[in-house]
Amino acid sequence: MNLMKQIWPIVWKDLLSELRTREVVLAMCFFACLVLIIFNFAFFTGMGDTQGGDTQGILAGMLWVAFLFAGVLGLNQTFGAEKDREVLQGLLLCPVNRASIYISKVISNLLFMSIMEILILGLFAVLFRVTIWKVLPALGLIIVLGTLGFVCVGTILAAMAVNARAREILLTVILFPMIVPVIIAAVKATEKVLAGAALPEITGWLKLLVAFDLIFFLLAYGTFDFVLSE
Amino acid sequence: MAQKVRIGDTILLGLTCLTMLASLYAIFIYAPTEKTTGVVQKIFYFHLPLAFLSFFAFFLVFLASILYLYSQDVRWDIFAQSSAEIGVLFCSLVLITGAIWARPTWNVWWTWDPRLTTALILWFMYVAYLMLRKLLKPGVQTSNIASVFGIISFINVPITFFAIRMWRTIHPVVIDQSGIHISAPMVITLLLSLAAFSFLFVVLLRIRVRVEKVLRAYEELYFLLERNKKRLPS
Repeated sequence: MNLMKQIWPIVWKDLLSELRTREVVLAMCFFACLVLIIFNFAFFTGMGDTQGGDTQGILAGMLWVAFLFAGVLGLNQTFGAEKDREVLQGLLLCPVNRASIYISKVISNLLFMSIMEILILGLFAVLFRVTIWKVLPALGLIIVLGTLGFVCVGTILAAMAVNARAREILLTVILFPMIVPVIIAAVKATEKVLAGAALPEITGWLKLLVAFDLIFFLLAYGTFDFVLSE
Repeated sequence: MAQKVRIGDTILLGLTCLTMLASLYAIFIYAPTEKTTGVVQKIFYFHLPLAFLSFFAFFLVFLASILYLYSQDVRWDIFAQSSAEIGVLFCSLVLITGAIWARPTWNVWWTWDPRLTTALILWFMYVAYLMLRKLLKPGVQTSNIASVFGIISFINVPITFFAIRMWRTIHPVVIDQSGIHISAPMVITLLLSLAAFSFLFVVLLRIRVRVEKVLRAYEELYFLLERNKKRLPS
């Protein structure tokens, strides 16, 4: 329970500052909406195009690209905002493990992304007339696992990039090759679920996501000490 | 000491030149031309050793990164950086030679086959590794950060390969390589070429490590000089 005592105040600090400024989550939501709308122009030419045919693959891809692009915005801010406000030093001086800082940042990033994802999923269903009620449990499971993998890797890479020049660009460049397995597994599983597949059909992908989440969480947890420096 | 290093280098360089010449002879004159694909198959003798050595270079990055984090000895960091650079160079050549071979053989420059795709992602990951090193501001614990990235990216390689293979088996693409039959002269040629490129790799790595050591010593001196300038009354 000592760990919870270390983690909770940092998560609470992030939530409070987000609640007061409403900078990150709002921007993430808007950006994700825009990505969906732009994809609509790019892939569908008129009304009713999203019905029938082999569009599940495109829809699943659009949904995840919107999530990931918006997620990168959040990750950029997770240490970036603290660096800019010059409180990163203070965070490092806190009498807590560096690893606890990692876990709390993962939790707050997860929370921010979930808020965005719930909103975007609703909008996605409305805009593209996808019936998601029936598949919501499976879809939710994929989104939770995929987001967890993205955030586990993204948080440690964000901590790496925070002290670099052009850190926003650097983060995208180092993050996207790393999360290729997550993208593949999440998009493919989402595509199958949207096409009406049952849960057993996507267990392979879910197992891959679970393995990725576990491996990278432990790896990042173990090495975070070295990454965050003054 | 300096004399000793130079002798070692001369021997290595000589061996590289000799094996390279021998393998060139073997590739273009000794080895028979492959029946179905023709002359273009000979690029395989460059492609395979380069691929093997680029993977090996990334494995060295992984090992040196672990050793650096464990020992905090800056020599391991220099080793990891140098190995990554040569790995990226070789990996680029692998992608290019592969494309040149694929065009007449598969009739496309590129296909999303698991091995090709993994090689491409691998290339992106280690270019990212080098960019990370370049862009980190001075004074940051660049070596620690780069080492962690070197470890994470290597562990990601098998996962990526696995994911890409799963992704491909769902939409199978007909890529059949079973037509390639390797005869004994071809194996000998391949081994010769592998030896030549391995020597080349060692030579390049040694030179790169030495250059990096000089560069870092220079940076340190420059830093000290700047600091002392500030201290002097102007």
